[in-house]
Amino acid sequence: MAVVAGRTRLSLRMLARDWRAGELRVLAAALVIAVASVTSVAFFADRVREALVRDAHQLLGGDLLLVADEPWPDQISHEIAKLHLREAKVMSFISMARHGDAAQLAGIKAVTGNYPLRGRMRIADATNAPDRPTEHGPDPGTVWLEERLFSLLGLKVGDSIELGDARLKVAAVLTLEPDRGVGFFNLAPRVMMNLADVPATGLVQTGSRVHYYLLAAGNPEAIDALGEWVKPKLGRGQRLETLENARPEARVTIERAEQFIGLTALLAVILAAVAIALSTRRYTLRHLDGYAVMRCLGATQGRLVSLFAWEFVALGVVASALGCVLGFAVQAGLEVWLAELIAVKLPAPSFRPALQGFGTGIIVLLGFAIPPLLQLRNVPALRVIRRDAGPPKQGALVAYGIGLAAFAGLIFWQAGSAKLASYVLGGFLAALVVSGLVGYLLIQAIARLGAHARASWRYGLANLRRRSVANTVQAAGLALGLTAILLLTFTRADLLEAWRAKTPPDAPNRFVINIQPEQRAPVAQFFAAEHLPTPVTYPMVRGRLMAIDGHPVDTQAYDDLRTKRLVEREFNLSYMKTLPGHNSIAAGRWFQNQDFKRGALSVEEGIAKRLNIKVGDTLTWSVAGREFTAPVTNLRKVNWDSMRVNFFVITTPNLLDDRPTSYLTSFYLPSGAHEAMNRLVARFPNLTVVDTSAIIKQVLRIVDQVVDAVEVVFLFALVAGVLVLYAALLATQDERLQEAAIMRALGAARAQVAKAQQAEFLALGLIAGALGSVAAFSIGYVLAARVFNFPYAFSSWIWIAGPLLGLACVSFNAWMGARAALNHPPMYALREAE
Amino acid sequence: MPGEAVAVVGASGSGKSTLLGLLAGLDTPSAGSVRIDGTELFELDEDGRAMLRARMLGFVFQSFQLLAALNALENVTLPLELADRGDAEAAARAMLERVGLGERLSHYPKTLSGGEQQRVALARAFVVQPKLLLADEPTGNLDEATGEGIIDLLFELNAERGTTLILVTHDEMLARRCTRLVRLAAGRIVNGASA
Repeated sequence: MAVVAGRTRLSLRMLARDWRAGELRVLAAALVIAVASVTSVAFFADRVREALVRDAHQLLGGDLLLVADEPWPDQISHEIAKLHLREAKVMSFISMARHGDAAQLAGIKAVTGNYPLRGRMRIADATNAPDRPTEHGPDPGTVWLEERLFSLLGLKVGDSIELGDARLKVAAVLTLEPDRGVGFFNLAPRVMMNLADVPATGLVQTGSRVHYYLLAAGNPEAIDALGEWVKPKLGRGQRLETLENARPEARVTIERAEQFIGLTALLAVILAAVAIALSTRRYTLRHLDGYAVMRCLGATQGRLVSLFAWEFVALGVVASALGCVLGFAVQAGLEVWLAELIAVKLPAPSFRPALQGFGTGIIVLLGFAIPPLLQLRNVPALRVIRRDAGPPKQGALVAYGIGLAAFAGLIFWQAGSAKLASYVLGGFLAALVVSGLVGYLLIQAIARLGAHARASWRYGLANLRRRSVANTVQAAGLALGLTAILLLTFTRADLLEAWRAKTPPDAPNRFVINIQPEQRAPVAQFFAAEHLPTPVTYPMVRGRLMAIDGHPVDTQAYDDLRTKRLVEREFNLSYMKTLPGHNSIAAGRWFQNQDFKRGALSVEEGIAKRLNIKVGDTLTWSVAGREFTAPVTNLRKVNWDSMRVNFFVITTPNLLDDRPTSYLTSFYLPSGAHEAMNRLVARFPNLTVVDTSAIIKQVLRIVDQVVDAVEVVFLFALVAGVLVLYAALLATQDERLQEAAIMRALGAARAQVAKAQQAEFLALGLIAGALGSVAAFSIGYVLAARVFNFPYAFSSWIWIAGPLLGLACVSFNAWMGARAALNHPPMYALREAE
Repeated sequence: MPGEAVAVVGASGSGKSTLLGLLAGLDTPSAGSVRIDGTELFELDEDGRAMLRARMLGFVFQSFQLLAALNALENVTLPLELADRGDAEAAARAMLERVGLGERLSHYPKTLSGGEQQRVALARAFVVQPKLLLADEPTGNLDEATGEGIIDLLFELNAERGTTLILVTHDEMLARRCTRLVRLAAGRIVNGASA
């Protein structure tokens, strides 16, 4: 026991000595970065997940929630009463809230007085005043508004707002409500009103999209019984949510985001692994003599291997712990960054992410440091007498095979699916190999070009080529880190700019929905009086897809959550005789004379693909309780970016023109004319005006926030890339020191030695930077052409920024390394080289 | 014989270092055997020979072979630590005092002169109280005056501790200070007389 303790102590003492000698710093830094990269994402995701679990009750507002897009039949309320459960009702829809001349799109939630059954809302008496919990919803005749609305409408508690035809008193500021939690950001600020006031507003009309909620709470067995009773009765567009399946879209979104960002974090891990392998190799080379001496002093091989192994494990534990701390600090920063997205206070994280961090750290260390370390075993003790005896074998691809396998395991763990994992692993390896190959070729080319340069340059560039393997590793490692950063800065900005440029400046920026048939003429007159161009109004009828080619649509048959939701809700259908100018036919033909008699359908190609609908298929629709079936005669290509009114499905007029119809329109409102919209809403209170430019701005801001967060994770990759660079530089430093010493001994001035090194580093930085630029540009180009379908108008800045960043990173490194080389008296290096 | 000093001399390439490597069990012979204190060296495996070295052998090398990352005290402590000896530091400190480096315990090899480095190496060799000390050209990297100082110290310590010394050198003057002289040429012993 005492011996074991003594040996552990010796390992720790060796760790302290090697640390003091600076042998392990790069390795430790790489490990810290790898662990921090993984844990920062994991900690944050863990907290969000914990919040989801914690807030499940809150999010639901009860123990069981029924959601539908049509009112629930009374039969269900009777059953709830029969089971002695409490019941609350909620309706939600969007509409305009008005105060004086101001009007604002708002998310209206109308609730019964006893809402919520679980969780509490919080309200305040004035904006910025302390809030308090409340047990019930607003009284009839009053509303509570989200803080944002007070400034948007210029009102205070005690004023009145108009909703449709009703005038309601603002009684409080709503500061917290159920279902405004994680992963849920409403674009329209909340107005909460009493359900009893809804009829007076006159807002729920034909074509309004309204959600009806029924909440129940009480005895768990009765809740189960209610669930069992109601499940078989659920029709299309009706669903049941319990604590277990609450907000699946939020969960899936968060899980996907975590998966994606987690995989991104692994980029830093693989770069760190390269740095670890490089610095352990250097460590091994520098310890050959020491190892031989210790063998000579009588230490057995097993003893020495365990001594070194424990030293590294101890280092791994300390560095992983530091990495966890750093990761935790960074995720706290992420929380601040994403505060707007995540409206709730996040709970403390669990220990899981720390374990994940330690796991990653130890796996990377064992996989990439132990193999080169084990080569020490091949060092014969005879080396103390004969220096040429047995340096360890080079290459050792087999040894790193263990590391690569371990890394693949990490990716599988993070990705959760073999397919995704193999894509990511393949992508990482391809990126490494391609950047290595291109880097190698560039190094060869530049070195050849330099053959005619002046002496110092020639010498430096010759070195570039002589150490081409080490330099290739440096260039590839740095290039990957730079690519990550350039992608998120320049490429992102270019893509957004290209997208903006694609939308014409006079593209519609307002939608008006809920126009009733009898309002079409007065609305047109209003536009003329306001000197606005007459808007084109499109009829809209809501219908549910019942069957494709006679086969009833089964939502469970679709794996994709979005598709599921899409077929579950009602579609907005329209009817018209001519193809809208901003649509084009992708397959089949537009409606012809015979179609107008027997009825035909036109389907947008994207949704057709999603639902596997082809030209010639027949679709059965249910509109206001009546069904009709018609064939699909064409698939339409829709330019969604045009910001104009578009429909997934258009029918011939004969199928729908006798059904309850509302109209909608989109148009361009010049800046400064927004008063006209306030007047429009004051005149036609049931209309809803949606400011799409404001919504797009808000979405872009959210995208910006998320990208900023991802950028932090990519920064880890850049730091890891710089560490690769530094580790590789150190790997050749002993050789450089000796060369510098010889050059100086031969009479070269410090400046000449420095210039030769500068030439080498300059070329290296430019190569890595250019590689990064090319990679970021290529990815941007592919995204633009294949994914977003628009011409990629890239800025030329990326070609300057990449090489500049590369130079900056290499210069920093070179400065660190060369400082040592130049400040070293030549005698030291020559003496050490003996 | 305990306390005996044997010099092995010969020209470069005569096989001195090979002989030393074999004596220490660092190299394996194609034929023949080496017996240390009654133990047949090459009947032991690598680790067995290492343990025997830890028990009985001390080394002094031409190029000192101090560990660069370790200071003087740590270099001397190392063999004791590897042998799991509890009193390592005190013993190492006393040994460094003995070789006259009591003031330079925390100096690194790089900052010590050649003579000082070799004295640290001597301290490291004697601190484990070996029965047999193998010295490979211990003055090869030193100037004459410094080398003489080191040799004086080596013989003093050898006499003090009754260690058997085998000294490989091409310095005839030095060789003559030993009790026996073995001359090698082309891998064979040319004479093995007492000096």
